[in-house]
Amino acid sequence: MRLRFILGEVANGLRRNSTMALSVVLVTFVSLTFVGAAVLTQMQVQQLKDAWYGRVEVSIFMCPPNSLYEQCAGGAVTAQQEADIRAVLEEGSVADLVDEVYYETREEMHENIVAADDTGVYSQLEAEDLGPAFRVKLTDPEQFQVVADATSGLDGVEEVKDQREVFDNLFMFLNAATFVAAGLAAVMMLAAVLLITTTIRLSALSRRRETTIMRMVGSSKSLIQMPFVLEGAVAATAGALLAITGLWLAARYLIEDWLTGSIAWVDYVGREDVWTVAPWLLVIAVGLAGVASFATLGRYTKA
Amino acid sequence: MIRLDNVSKVYTRGARPALDNVSVEIERGDFVFLVGSSGSGKSTFLKLILREERPTVGEVYVAGRHLNRLSSWRVPHLRREIGAVFQDFRLLPNKTVYQNVAFALQVIGKNRREIDQNVPEMLELVGLAGKERRLPHELSGGEQQRVAIARAFVNRPPILLCDEPTGNLDPGTSVGIMRLLDRINRTGTTVLMATHDDEIVDQMRKRVIELKGGHLVRDQDRGVYGLETV
Repeated sequence: MRLRFILGEVANGLRRNSTMALSVVLVTFVSLTFVGAAVLTQMQVQQLKDAWYGRVEVSIFMCPPNSLYEQCAGGAVTAQQEADIRAVLEEGSVADLVDEVYYETREEMHENIVAADDTGVYSQLEAEDLGPAFRVKLTDPEQFQVVADATSGLDGVEEVKDQREVFDNLFMFLNAATFVAAGLAAVMMLAAVLLITTTIRLSALSRRRETTIMRMVGSSKSLIQMPFVLEGAVAATAGALLAITGLWLAARYLIEDWLTGSIAWVDYVGREDVWTVAPWLLVIAVGLAGVASFATLGRYTKA
Repeated sequence: MIRLDNVSKVYTRGARPALDNVSVEIERGDFVFLVGSSGSGKSTFLKLILREERPTVGEVYVAGRHLNRLSSWRVPHLRREIGAVFQDFRLLPNKTVYQNVAFALQVIGKNRREIDQNVPEMLELVGLAGKERRLPHELSGGEQQRVAIARAFVNRPPILLCDEPTGNLDPGTSVGIMRLLDRINRTGTTVLMATHDDEIVDQMRKRVIELKGGHLVRDQDRGVYGLETV
């Protein structure tokens, strides 16, 4: 009886107040789309970090015969210097941080450079012009600086490079995008809360007769307020479902079809990630409605 | 059934109290008129009983409950023991007579069976059998007030509060309403009725409580409206 009564009241309220309800749906839709986009962007960043940081390595380039670097003024790296550098990596203070050391000879490096060169710029390059390198895999890629500090001053080291630098710009861009999306989401969520508040207030005013009588005959406070709370929650949930649909479509057609088609070497977030985010969007929607309800109802349907 | 002990009510600090040191006891089954001019404190008196207001000083007991100590979540249970009827009927215009009365039971969680049993009984009692499917605007003022009384009494509360129930009705119709209230009173229900209607008070010869400027100035069995006519 009560449940049917409540549902009937909710349906009535939404019908009577349909334009307001629709605006709540739309604002929640937009705000939660931004929330979802922000979360998915962060998931993408994490996914890329996991995928790439595992593969990236610290490269310690050693002096070639005619280096322009000051620290290579002594000429090409000697076998003794190479051994010293290796000793630092494998037995020295940073040995704990080092997972694997690979020695790349100047011939191998030459081959790699020429193979990756489509333009022909490096066709004149000889292996003898290059120095060998240590490719070092770290147990924790974040500890790059420690390893760099320990090796960059050693004799025979021309330069220490962390491949992460290449990605950090991309991550910075993605993080900035996340902040923008989160900022917009926050503004829109505020708008959503205010709109839900107004909707509930209007609804409560338009049903003042009913609530007065309910109060008079001894209806419990929760039963008086529940229809209004549910109205806000239903509208907000509808907005969340639209947001989830929007994100799903974006993942399906924008990311999986289009982005993956054009830049295939990146591991993108996809539909399954949208499903991970979806429950949280619903929780946020209901939470927004709840906050708005309890901020409003105390005043308009007092017991 | 209803007891006020040295009750005062001040709405704004420093202002004249709406009720000033009022003590009254109303027994189960009493029929009591509450009279007095506008601003005499009648509405405050009723609001204290319904616990829409709390006394500034003094104790209020209703239906075995000490209202000063009643927590707000228990208030609905108190209100289920008090039927309330108003001058302006307060019916829901888009619900039929039947639905208006049933509404009072629905919203306190009664099931379909109880509603189907009690509502026709109550409409029979107030003399509206056969008009279940009318909307309020299709009824006369007296009939609308009967619907309001049916709604107030359908849950069989031990107390019925009436705030100027005949205020909007012509004298002939008012008599009918009073007969109905009297009948309800005879079932053992305590009836407390605030009114300006001297004819009715004089005719009914029930207990009269008179308030003036917040003071209790008269509490008389089988009384009349104005003291001067005694």
